[in-house]
Amino acid sequence: MNQANTEIVKVENLHKSFGDLDVLRGIDMTVRGGETVVLLGSSGSGKSTLLRCINFMEMPSEGRVYLHGEAVGKERNGKIRYSERDLCALRTRIGMVFQHFNLFPHMTVLQNVMEGQVTVLKRGKSEAAETARRQLDRVGLAEKAEEYPARLSGGQKQRVAIARALAMDPDVMLFDEVTSALDPELVGEVLKTMRQLAEEGMTMIVVTHELGFAYHVANRVLFLNEGAILEQGAPHDVLKNPESTRMREFLEGHSLFKLPD
Amino acid sequence: MQHTWDFASIIQNWPVLWVGLQGTVFIFLVTVTLGLSGGLVVGILRYARSAALRWPATTFVEVFRNTPVLVQIIWFYYAFPILTGIEVDPFLAAVLGISLNTMAFSAEIYRAGIQSIERGQWEAGKAIGMTYGQTMRRIILPVAIKRVLPALTNRGIEVFKMSTLASVVAYVETLNQAKLIADLNFNPIEAYTAVALLFFVVLYPVVQSTYVLERMLRKSD
Amino acid sequence: MHEWNFLAVLNDADLLLLGLVNTLKVTALALLFGVPLGLALALSRLSTFRPLSAVAAFIIEFFRTTPPLVQLFWFFFALPILIDVRMTPFIAAIVTFSIQSSAFFAEVFRGGILSIDKGQWEGAKAIGMSFSQSLRRIILPQAVKRMIPAFMERSIELLKTTTLVSTVAYTDLMFQANDLAQKTFRPLEVYTIVALIYFVMIFAFSQASIAVEHRLAKSGEGTLR
Repeated sequence: MNQANTEIVKVENLHKSFGDLDVLRGIDMTVRGGETVVLLGSSGSGKSTLLRCINFMEMPSEGRVYLHGEAVGKERNGKIRYSERDLCALRTRIGMVFQHFNLFPHMTVLQNVMEGQVTVLKRGKSEAAETARRQLDRVGLAEKAEEYPARLSGGQKQRVAIARALAMDPDVMLFDEVTSALDPELVGEVLKTMRQLAEEGMTMIVVTHELGFAYHVANRVLFLNEGAILEQGAPHDVLKNPESTRMREFLEGHSLFKLPD
Repeated sequence: MQHTWDFASIIQNWPVLWVGLQGTVFIFLVTVTLGLSGGLVVGILRYARSAALRWPATTFVEVFRNTPVLVQIIWFYYAFPILTGIEVDPFLAAVLGISLNTMAFSAEIYRAGIQSIERGQWEAGKAIGMTYGQTMRRIILPVAIKRVLPALTNRGIEVFKMSTLASVVAYVETLNQAKLIADLNFNPIEAYTAVALLFFVVLYPVVQSTYVLERMLRKSD
Repeated sequence: MHEWNFLAVLNDADLLLLGLVNTLKVTALALLFGVPLGLALALSRLSTFRPLSAVAAFIIEFFRTTPPLVQLFWFFFALPILIDVRMTPFIAAIVTFSIQSSAFFAEVFRGGILSIDKGQWEGAKAIGMSFSQSLRRIILPQAVKRMIPAFMERSIELLKTTTLVSTVAYTDLMFQANDLAQKTFRPLEVYTIVALIYFVMIFAFSQASIAVEHRLAKSGEGTLR
C-alpha cells in the first residue's frame, strides 16, 4: 500500500436518524492510508451506524462521505442523491466484515471468496480463484477452500468473511463487532488476523469492544457517545487518561481488561 | 372493442342470484360442518395405535386427497347410483364429493396438530391416571386444535370456493345462477364479474383475519 | 347388482390417453407461465414502491379468494367481450391457470425470500452487488431450495384443478371421460377408471414430493410450508 498518509475516508457533518431517534449528530472524521481507527462506545452510541453509513449500508440523513477526496453522491437542489450504481461501485472499494459473518451457505468457502470478484468485478474465473486462494492463505484457511461454511467454526467463518472482503482489493476495511458473536476461545484467531492486516498496512475502521486490540493495534481511538465523538486520540492517551466521566465509566465497565503500564 | 358496463341487468336479476347465494351458503355450511368434524375423527384414527383403525383411515385420506374434487363429485353423481342403487341428486353428489375431500384434507391438519404436542403432555395425562381417550380429549386436542386453527380456516375458505363446483352437476348455487343470467341476458361479463367480486368481498376479510389469527397464536404460544 | 364391464372403456383407451396428454399439457403450460409470473408478483409485492406492491397484493389476493371455476368462466365468456381475442377453451384454460397458480406461487416465493436472513442481503450488498445480483446469486438459490415442498404441493393442486377445463369443453381427461361415459353408457366403469388414473398419477407425484422433502430435511436445510 503506497497510499500511506493520504486521506482515504472522510466523513463530514454526518447525521443519521431513524424516525424521531437521532443516532448520529454531526460526525467529522478522517481516516488516512494505513491507519487503524477503532470506534468505541457503549451500545446505542451510534458507532455501528457510523460504520454502516461509510459504505451506505445505511443512508446518511445529512452530511457527506468522501472516498479519496471524492464526495459520494451528487447534490441537486440542496439534496444529495445517490445512484444505486455508484453505491455498488463504492462498496467494491470498501470491504466490510459483519458480526454474524453473513457467509453464503450455498457456496463453498472458495466460491464465497470468488463471488464478488466474478459477479461484480467481472474477473475471470481462474483469476478470481487464484486471488481467492491467495486471500484464504493470508487468513490461514487455504486448506478449507472446498468446505461449506456450515462445517467451519465461528472463528474460521469470520476469517473467510475477511478473505471475501479482501479479495475485492478494497481501499479500506470496515469491521463491525466481528468478534462479538464468537465463543471466547475463538476471538483470538480473528483478532490475530486483523492485527496482521493492520501491520501489513491495510486501512481499517474497527468497531469493537476489545480494548486490548484498540490499545495495541489502533493508531487512533474514537469514543462515541450519544451520536457524537466525545474523545479521540492515540490509544495510550485516550484509554489511560480519559478526560470525560462518560469515557471513564465506559472503561470501568470493561474492568476485566487491565491496561499494561 | 369498447364495452359499456351494464350492471343494471344484474340488479334486475337479483332474485335469481339471491337464490344462488342461498344455495352456496347452504351447501357450504353442510360441507364445512361434515368435512371438518368428520376430518377430526379420521385424523384421530390415523393417529391410532391399532393398525386395523389406522389403515382404513390412511387409505381414505390418500384416495380423497389424491383425486380431484370434480372427479369425486361426478363419480358420486353418475357412477355411485349404479353401484349402489341409491338415488343421488345434484346436492347429495356435491355434498359427498366436497365433504369427503374436506375430511381427508382436514384429517391431515388435525393429525399434524396432534403430532405437534410434546410427549410430555401425554405422560402428564397418564401420570394423573387419565385414559388414552381422556388425555386426548382433555389435554391434547384443546391445544392441538388451537394450533391448527389458521390451517382449518384456510380449509374453510377452500370449501367455500369449492362450492362452485356443485354447479357442474346443476346444483343451484351462485355460479349456476350467474350462468343462467348470462345465458338469458347475454351479459356474461357483468354476470361473472359480479360473482367474482361477491366471492372476493366475502372471503377477503376472512383471509385477512386468518393472518391476524396466525399472528395472535404465534404470540400466545 | 351391477355387472362390471371394463371392455367398453378399454376399447376407447386412446380417447382417454388423448385426454391425459391434454391434462398434462395444460398443467405444464400453466406452470411454465405461472412460475415466472408468480416470481414477478412476489417481487412486486415485496417492493418498497407502495403503488406497485399494493397492485401486486390485490392481484394475488383476488385470485386466491375467487373460485377458479368463476375465473375460468370469466376468461372464457367475458374476456372476449372486453378485448378483441378469439377465445378458445385451450387459451382460456392456460390464461386462467397461469394467473391463478401464479397468485399462489407468488406467496410461495414471497415466503421463501422473506425466510432468508437479512444478513445475506447485507453480505451481498457489502461486496458491491446490486439488488438483482443479490437476488439472483445469493437469495433465490437459498430460497428456492426451501420452497421446493410448497412448490410441489402447489403444482399437484394445479394438476387437480385443471379438471375444471372440461366445463368449457376443453378435451382434458375429465372431458374425455364425460364423452366416453355418454357414448358407452358405462359411467361407472369410465369414471372409476378415470378416478384411478388421476389417483395413480397424483399419488405418484405426492410420494415423489414427500421423498424430495425428506432428502432436503436430511441435508440440513429447513423447508417451508
